[in-house]
Amino acid sequence: MRAVITVIGKDMVGILAQITASCATHGINVLEVTQSILQDVFAMIMLVDLTKSNIRIADLSEEFDELGRKMGLSIHVMHEDVFNSMHRI
Amino acid sequence: MINTKDILETIQMIDDENLDVRTITMGISLLDCIDPNTEAACRKVYDKICGFAEHLVRTGEDISREYGIPIVNKRISVTPIAILAGANPTASPVHFARALDRAAKTVGVNFIGGYSALVQKGFGPGDYALIESIPEALSETEFVCSSVNVGSTKAGINMDAVKKMGRVIRETAERTADRDCIGAAKLVVFCNAPEDNPFMAGAFHGVGEADCVINVGVSGPGVVRAAIAKASPSDDLSAIAELIKRTAFKITRMGQLVAQEASRRLSVPFGIVDLSLAPTPAVGDSVADILEGMGIERCGGYGTTAALALLNDAVKKGGVMASSHVGGLSGAFIPVSEDAGMIRAAKCGALCLEKLEAMTAVCSVGLDMIVVPGDVPAEVLSGIIADEAAIGMVNSKTTAVRVIPAIGKDVGDELNFGGLLGSGPVMNVNRVSPKVFIDRGGRIPAPLQSLKN
Repeated sequence: MRAVITVIGKDMVGILAQITASCATHGINVLEVTQSILQDVFAMIMLVDLTKSNIRIADLSEEFDELGRKMGLSIHVMHEDVFNSMHRI
Repeated sequence: MINTKDILETIQMIDDENLDVRTITMGISLLDCIDPNTEAACRKVYDKICGFAEHLVRTGEDISREYGIPIVNKRISVTPIAILAGANPTASPVHFARALDRAAKTVGVNFIGGYSALVQKGFGPGDYALIESIPEALSETEFVCSSVNVGSTKAGINMDAVKKMGRVIRETAERTADRDCIGAAKLVVFCNAPEDNPFMAGAFHGVGEADCVINVGVSGPGVVRAAIAKASPSDDLSAIAELIKRTAFKITRMGQLVAQEASRRLSVPFGIVDLSLAPTPAVGDSVADILEGMGIERCGGYGTTAALALLNDAVKKGGVMASSHVGGLSGAFIPVSEDAGMIRAAKCGALCLEKLEAMTAVCSVGLDMIVVPGDVPAEVLSGIIADEAAIGMVNSKTTAVRVIPAIGKDVGDELNFGGLLGSGPVMNVNRVSPKVFIDRGGRIPAPLQSLKN
């Protein structure tokens, strides 16, 4: 199963490191990353594979919610199917 | 990879524009619970609902967390209780209301619909008793919602039922006067009621439906409003309609995804997706704001009906292709107390009851969540119902009346229901008496379907 992680917020050192470290801990494979900084706003989108991970997507979502609160970032974890169904015919 | 713009658009819709799945509603047939012994029937009703819906709330929450989509309500609709009450017309149907309420509490849903009677052509054995028991049932229960269908395009309008319902609405409000007349907010009078509607208070599980189905109601007025806000002032109305269609498509696809997933996990067939734009009291999540965004200075001004017609049609066109089965009330809702923009327009005098009635000829339902003065007589309420039913009957569309008489209050006061039901200003009502007309009773014959002028 694949999911999309989005991170939006004020740019700072170590955002990518924190997120990917968290993924690695849970055995989540990062497939693709796009990242941009627009006027100090950091926006990152990651496509990840949870097939071999040891965590359920709902729990991962809660963990990132908590991390987002600590770092002052908005982090979303959403099932890939949401985007496929909304934006592809 | 999926387009970055699309991903950010979805996140923005959920975070800033109140996009959500409004309800997963499990429709459960109670036809196999019919029993001349009311106590036994109530036991079967309770057991069947608790058995079928045991995992409904948890499944909804799981899907919400796993997919990152807010799913606001988990609800149940059941076979119109008047059919079950017909097996023993001398017993009080309120026993069924209590059984439904208990079952709703046990499984954790926030509403259960189906304390209903379908009397568009006449009264069956359980119908009289059920209609008479509505005030008691709604005042004694917390989660039960009630609806009565008094007319249809094929049957005409049952004016005896219309007369009764004016009185029943008043009594229901009176019995719950200490709780802002909340009982009347859980009671809808329909013409052409759909049998697969997942939205409350009018949800019931029609007799033509399967034993158990999952229906999903999507929402998203905030998303449509935001899309229109981004349109250029020079965009013509064809462009606006296209924009709404595209947005409705995306919203509905999300609803379809949730419906399919819920159906798979609960091993219950998928029924329909209801494409409704259902506003909430949250700022920006408003159908009135969409109409104003199209260029009407204040909702209720001239042009409002045309703008609403465009919106309603575009929502359906966009949504129909996004879902394999569409049904329910599909379209734009215009409840006053649940829509911050409608409340604002009503308070400043731009939106009156007569304009709302005109709007119901082109919106998806009818006069919804409208607070009227507490001293409006029952026959005037019946007159409102008759007019609204006539609009539905002649135009082959669903119309409904959910008005709340604010007992002891008058124009300028307010009722506050809390939560999704919101709060509404008491609106002025034309008091010219239709008493003689209403007292005649009988039936208004079904209209001709040709010679459409």
